[in-house]
Amino acid sequence: MGGPSLQVGDKLLLERQDLQQLFDGLSKNGYRVLGPTVRDGAIVYDELGSVADLPAGWTDEQNGGSYRLKNRGDNELFGYAAGPHSWKKFLLEPQMRLWQAKSTGDGFEVLERSTEKNLSAMIGVRSCDLHAIAIQDRIFVAGEYVDPSYKLRRENVFIVAVNCGHAGGTCFCASMKTGPKATFGFDLALTEVLDVNQHYFLVEVGTELGAQMLRDVSHREAHDEEKEAAEGVVAKCSRQMGRVMDTTGIKELLYRNYDNPRWDDAAGRCLTCGNCTMVCPTCFCTTVEDFTDLSGKQAKRRRRMDVCFTMDFSYIHGGSIRSSARSRYRQWMTHKLATWIDQFGVSGCVGCGRCITWCPVAIDITEEARIIRESESSHPTIISEGRNDNADA
Amino acid sequence: MQTLEPILAEHPFLKGLDPQYLKLLVGCASNVRFNAGQFIFREGEEANQFYMIRQGKVALEILAAERGPITLQTVGEGDVLGWSWLIPPYRWRFDALALELTRAIALDGKCLRQKSEEDHNLGYELLKRFSTIIVERLEATRLQLLDVYRAHS
Amino acid sequence: MRSDAMLTHVYRVERVRDETYDTFTLDLASSHGLGLAPFAPGQFNMLYAYGVGEVPISISGDPAKPKTLAHTIRAVGNVTKAMRKLNLGDKLGVRGPFGTSWPLEEAKGYDVAIVAGGIGMAPLRPSVYTVLSQRREYGKVFLLYGARTPADLLYPREFEQWQGRSDLEVHVTVDRALRWWRGNVGVVTTLIPKAAFDPTSTIAMVCGPEVMMRFTVAELQKRGMAEESIYISMERNMKCGFGFCGRCQFGPFFICKDGPVFRYDRIRQWLAKGDI
Repeated sequence: MGGPSLQVGDKLLLERQDLQQLFDGLSKNGYRVLGPTVRDGAIVYDELGSVADLPAGWTDEQNGGSYRLKNRGDNELFGYAAGPHSWKKFLLEPQMRLWQAKSTGDGFEVLERSTEKNLSAMIGVRSCDLHAIAIQDRIFVAGEYVDPSYKLRRENVFIVAVNCGHAGGTCFCASMKTGPKATFGFDLALTEVLDVNQHYFLVEVGTELGAQMLRDVSHREAHDEEKEAAEGVVAKCSRQMGRVMDTTGIKELLYRNYDNPRWDDAAGRCLTCGNCTMVCPTCFCTTVEDFTDLSGKQAKRRRRMDVCFTMDFSYIHGGSIRSSARSRYRQWMTHKLATWIDQFGVSGCVGCGRCITWCPVAIDITEEARIIRESESSHPTIISEGRNDNADA
Repeated sequence: MQTLEPILAEHPFLKGLDPQYLKLLVGCASNVRFNAGQFIFREGEEANQFYMIRQGKVALEILAAERGPITLQTVGEGDVLGWSWLIPPYRWRFDALALELTRAIALDGKCLRQKSEEDHNLGYELLKRFSTIIVERLEATRLQLLDVYRAHS
Repeated sequence: MRSDAMLTHVYRVERVRDETYDTFTLDLASSHGLGLAPFAPGQFNMLYAYGVGEVPISISGDPAKPKTLAHTIRAVGNVTKAMRKLNLGDKLGVRGPFGTSWPLEEAKGYDVAIVAGGIGMAPLRPSVYTVLSQRREYGKVFLLYGARTPADLLYPREFEQWQGRSDLEVHVTVDRALRWWRGNVGVVTTLIPKAAFDPTSTIAMVCGPEVMMRFTVAELQKRGMAEESIYISMERNMKCGFGFCGRCQFGPFFICKDGPVFRYDRIRQWLAKGDI
């Protein structure tokens, strides 16, 4: 502890057994600690009591429409990929009251919403999710209009990123250039190194605040071979990706292919359940609900996360603009990979693979993009498996 | 007496028509005028003419028993009224009512049909012009059919 | 930076006018002194009926008279039907103004063709007011308006005044009528040949149901107008009004902030795509 003052960019070594000190330091400073934990057969993000709540020794096996936890046989704390939750759960809450109003003698009055400042520490944020948070920042904080509650939560969050050591079965952050190494947006970034006789974290200091928090945690300078070991872990991970996505000219590719018959094939399978939007860390669409209590004396406006796969989403003048499953699936995928780029300057996809894992019928965004791309070449793969299903599922 | 030739030539419907055909048409043409409130033709009557409107406004109506006469379309200066003379059974499908003082050139249908059979080039020139009008009418009617201003809820 | 854009402001109903059997205009004034920012023709507000819900409604009043905010509303759903029941003195929530506006600056020096269909006349009325108030800045001005039947024509008294002016050419038509109607009958596109504007130096502003706008644009192009001279106003499902809820997306555009007014060449390829 103490020693020479820490700078942004420093790389230090933190022993596994000392990690709890970081948790303690955060709690002492008023942070609610959030991170991965095992629940209901998955690794989800929730409030953590201590390091003991982390999924030590767990890993996940992910593939299209499939997610299983498996025992690793060791004690690695972060030896898994992304689960069904993303950090938007805490930053862009699923459900939130916007304001309240009360009826008065001659009408009504809007009561200002109260905003509480809550300090939250997010432990174990992967690089893909850091990119996702940065993408949502562009929408909610960086433009002409600002979401005040998102901004407040964002300003009061302490981020401990984790550089992935194991790519998931559906991961493709390497293709999207969003990982596996965290390069920005964190206060501290950990790389877990576990082998026969050591278990430590290489800690990179990302901000002044990160440096401050680390000062009260036992750490020491990292030796060169320790730094190399950490880099090796990440390098190995980037070669293990479960999926790939060719992003060359993908915006123009999809803009050219709005009428590609492949959409009918996807529509034949898509249940329009919206799972993909719920697990996607960048999906941000919401709905607004207004209601009163039974007496009518109090009215509330609530914002709720919503899904573009519903008929209600595009409802206007007595009908839905996107009434077919085909148009709704196409909307989701072309928004994510193409129109998002025109809207926000970056892709909406961070390659986390959650949509592939959590789709009940295993629709794979990387496969759909690949087949559409190949349909333009002279030797396309099969566009449709001979289905004659009505695209208007 | 001044012939109708220059009057025919200046109507938009015959714009660009070769003067030799214009001369042929004059033989079938007559100057007509309808007062406000006068019927130009009625549903069911023999359709023997079409009218190139020079001035005024004409309402194309249909009589729907419970609703009275409904106006489907109005035509005015520069428009053409009536094409039932072109195809059998040569009967008017609608009423045409002059809403204001209306002046027109009436062209005799039997006369035109005969001249078109004799000179197919004349027939082609007339049909080219009529098909443009009919297509425009059809497109406009389809838009009317969509009833785009109705309330959806 | 606006961080309170979801908070509604209480406005008071100053006047209710029945325009047709299902359409009415509310004149609103701010309840608490300072009103919202001044609006430009073509913009819209999100109007809130206490406890019922909120809908996007174009502003249909005169931008030069900002103290009174006018909205012409058609009662078709729960929220608009609730608004229909409002009386003088009742309260309404207002958020806005949002969206892009008609190209009144760009049109200076040109002829102007305003083509409205049905309730599309409401977001164009502010343009008529503005053009007339700076009449010398514009060339010839044409107002073409089509509605379903004579009973559906909006703003009849104002149209009468406008028709009496010599510096404005007005043509009105209805889709169908009974015999007492002495005006034009036919779709609004049939008025375009009657308006003698120079297609090479005219700016057109078109608003109405999407089908009507597409037919109108086709007719304007047939007349010789370029895509870059035609502006239309789009509509989609909206909940926020400023690009956060994602519902009003139309291809890469958010109708609430990239629109609702669009220059036609910018969105032509997307209009052709149908159910996007």
